Amino acid sequence: MTVNMTKGQAISLQKSDGGSLTSVRMGLGWQAAPRRGLFGSRTREIDLDASAVLFADKQPVDVVFFRHLVSDDGSVRHTGDNLVGGVGQGGDDEAILVDLQRVPVHIDQIVFTVNSFTGQTFQEVQNAFCRLVDETNGQELARYTLAGGGAFTAQIMAKVNRAGQGWAMTAIGTPANGRTFQDLMPAILPVL
Amino acid sequence: MTAELTRGQNHPLPRARLEIRVSAGTPVVAGATLGDEKGTIHGVDRVAHPGAPTLPGLEVSRQAAADHRLAVDLDAVPDAVHRVSVLLALPVGGTGPARFGAVAAPFVAVTDLDGDEVARYTITGLEAETAVVALELYRRQGAWKVRAVGQGYAGGLAELLADQKLSQAHQLAASIHEAVASGLARSVPAPPAAAPAHRPDQGTAPQGGPGTPVPPVSAYDPQGASVPGPQTPGVPRPYQDGPGEPADSGRPSAPTAGGPIDYSHPRRQNAAPPPPPPAVPPAEPGRPARPVAGDASGWSMEERLYNQVWGMFEDLARTTAAYRSAVDFAESRREKELDQALSDPRSRIGGQGDAAREAARSRHGLLVSQAREVLDRDVAQLVAEAEVVEPALPTAFARWDNPVWHAYRVPMEIPMALRLGDLHLPEADRIRIPMLIRLPLERGLWIDSGRSASLDGSFADSHEMRRLGLETAVAHAARLLAVYPAGEFTVHVVDPAGSGAQALAPLVQSGVLAAPPAQGAAGVAEVLARLTQRVDLVQMALRAGAPDALPPGVDTSQQLLVVNDFPHGFDDRAVNQLRYLADEGPAVGVHLMMVADREESAGFGPLLDPLWRSLLRLTPVADDHLADPWVGHAWTYEPPLVPPGSQVLQQVLAQVAAARRSWGR
Repeated sequence: MTVNMTKGQAISLQKSDGGSLTSVRMGLGWQAAPRRGLFGSRTREIDLDASAVLFADKQPVDVVFFRHLVSDDGSVRHTGDNLVGGVGQGGDDEAILVDLQRVPVHIDQIVFTVNSFTGQTFQEVQNAFCRLVDETNGQELARYTLAGGGAFTAQIMAKVNRAGQGWAMTAIGTPANGRTFQDLMPAILPVL
Repeated sequence: MTAELTRGQNHPLPRARLEIRVSAGTPVVAGATLGDEKGTIHGVDRVAHPGAPTLPGLEVSRQAAADHRLAVDLDAVPDAVHRVSVLLALPVGGTGPARFGAVAAPFVAVTDLDGDEVARYTITGLEAETAVVALELYRRQGAWKVRAVGQGYAGGLAELLADQKLSQAHQLAASIHEAVASGLARSVPAPPAAAPAHRPDQGTAPQGGPGTPVPPVSAYDPQGASVPGPQTPGVPRPYQDGPGEPADSGRPSAPTAGGPIDYSHPRRQNAAPPPPPPAVPPAEPGRPARPVAGDASGWSMEERLYNQVWGMFEDLARTTAAYRSAVDFAESRREKELDQALSDPRSRIGGQGDAAREAARSRHGLLVSQAREVLDRDVAQLVAEAEVVEPALPTAFARWDNPVWHAYRVPMEIPMALRLGDLHLPEADRIRIPMLIRLPLERGLWIDSGRSASLDGSFADSHEMRRLGLETAVAHAARLLAVYPAGEFTVHVVDPAGSGAQALAPLVQSGVLAAPPAQGAAGVAEVLARLTQRVDLVQMALRAGAPDALPPGVDTSQQLLVVNDFPHGFDDRAVNQLRYLADEGPAVGVHLMMVADREESAGFGPLLDPLWRSLLRLTPVADDHLADPWVGHAWTYEPPLVPPGSQVLQQVLAQVAAARRSWGR
């Protein structure tokens, strides 16, 4: 069952059978909106990038993005940069895998962000979504739809934070502007 | 020449030992009766059926199956028997078809033991029958012939047997069906999604149709599965093998009935596809899975072990990174909290400041102990893995003290990688990761004989370091020689001052070197000139796209130049040649191994900096100077030294030398 999350909504990542999640995937998928008018078939390519920032007590410790695909501890892995999107036609174009059991003990929050590297705003993106999938069985835990976004180039999607013995996920959906995750740092800190 | 029989037609049989293959689209019971001249069966002991599968000269299978092989030895049949009738029947009960008219026409073939068909017959025109006499083997003027009968019986086995004047026909028919039913109950159901049915076209390989309720291993009970093998033609062999006699079902040319066809060459087991990786036993609940050597992807065990070792390397690097990151964070947080406590004016009164400091320290300790716990768990898992992987390593990956070196044989193929030493981290001192480097080498090696503080704090003097450096170089060179096939790796040694004679003795005495170590400036110049020329020639040939056009006399094997005591005996020209070899050599199979102290060669100025950078620096003593490709930890390198007192190096080199001599001849 998928929870369609709304801004600020938090869900626990405890599984329904009581066991906690061990491995999750943040998937990002999008398509470029077709341009109207002359040469309308020439869709402009849009490069969205998914990033994950690992925080220990509100200090960024490590980041996983297209230039650093695996966190130093190996618990968070980016599957690779996708420059155009839409390849999956509804599937994930970029994905970040998080092995929650292997996340270092001092990391207490992981924030997922999406940036438009090519500078288009989310108004020009179609069918953009971000979803969280239980990697062990492929079940979708939460989905957040980006499409119809406003005139901003980045969004802080969600955060996964330690809650008790397990983890919880909070949808954030705060818009921001920036080319890579570095530009988003001021926007991320208030949501921690 | 196969005779395609029609109903009633007969055909002579060339030999007495035969197989009768039955193929039906559905499981059928196969049996045979022994009758006299008139076709009369004298008693139930003259019927071979699943309940009594063997009779003199006759054997049938114990189960109902879509495919059968009946073994017949007509010489062993009692003299009183004149007719052997092969009968088929549908099993009663169960979910199978109730009449032969509902299934594909059964097919029978008489073959000799090599699988060549003598005669074949497709039993057509059956309707409501549930039992049928398919074939009849009969004596005619001292010789045996086969006749296609195809006589069906709507009343089933009982009617069939009664027709052959068996008095207890009904009882026997009942007991046959009972035996079949219990056989069916024993067998496992066929997999639901079977492969598309291949109709047996030549009858050479009976195959199971879809939905065949037959175990895929063998339709025959192992006790009785004694189809006479083709290896012993003419040797009479009793058919009534006692229980416990090993089954002869390993005959490669005739897969047992009901099983999938095996297209692989029976004796060529090493061909692709790769053997499956070793199965990891399921983990006990709450505990990590027991590690298994070769538990990684790859086409061969060697590749799997290589990938597994690199996987262990990465895992250790990352788990240590997590630990270090957590500890760093804990320390910085403690410092910050202590600073806060110090700067807070309230803390100067009473015990508040002490309490804050204590809290900060305990928070730090808690986090560090948590991180340590995780690290210990991961390291314990990796140690367990290393314990199973290390003994499984082939020679090229193994330490010198691995027993595999005592069973050394000169290899026929170049291994994919070479162990250059061991790596470990201070946090995980219990585990040594083999440092595996792909072959052929992509860069030269530099054994640093410079004075360096070894990790235990003792300073070795420069003379000792030089000796250790050359010993390490000899161990590396010997390993390279040993893992390459004979004649595909050549080692040249340059020892200008002759100072390395003692350390080089294993190489020199065993005769594995192309030539004695070159001495003096003239010797250095000569070796360098020769290798430079080889690099030039091979490069020219490669660029011209004609790698076969090398002039005769060019050694095409991989070359390794061991340079001792650099820079003694080297002039500017020789140094330039050395740099050229270091830059251009690896691409054309010329490698450099320098035993050198960088400080001593400082007289050449920055000229040599690119040379050092292009070489992989190794040390003759444990030293932490190697970084991993993922996180960049400084790993402590330990050279692969031969255990003291061991003669393994000499033994291996003696074998290499012998192989080189016989190869060069």
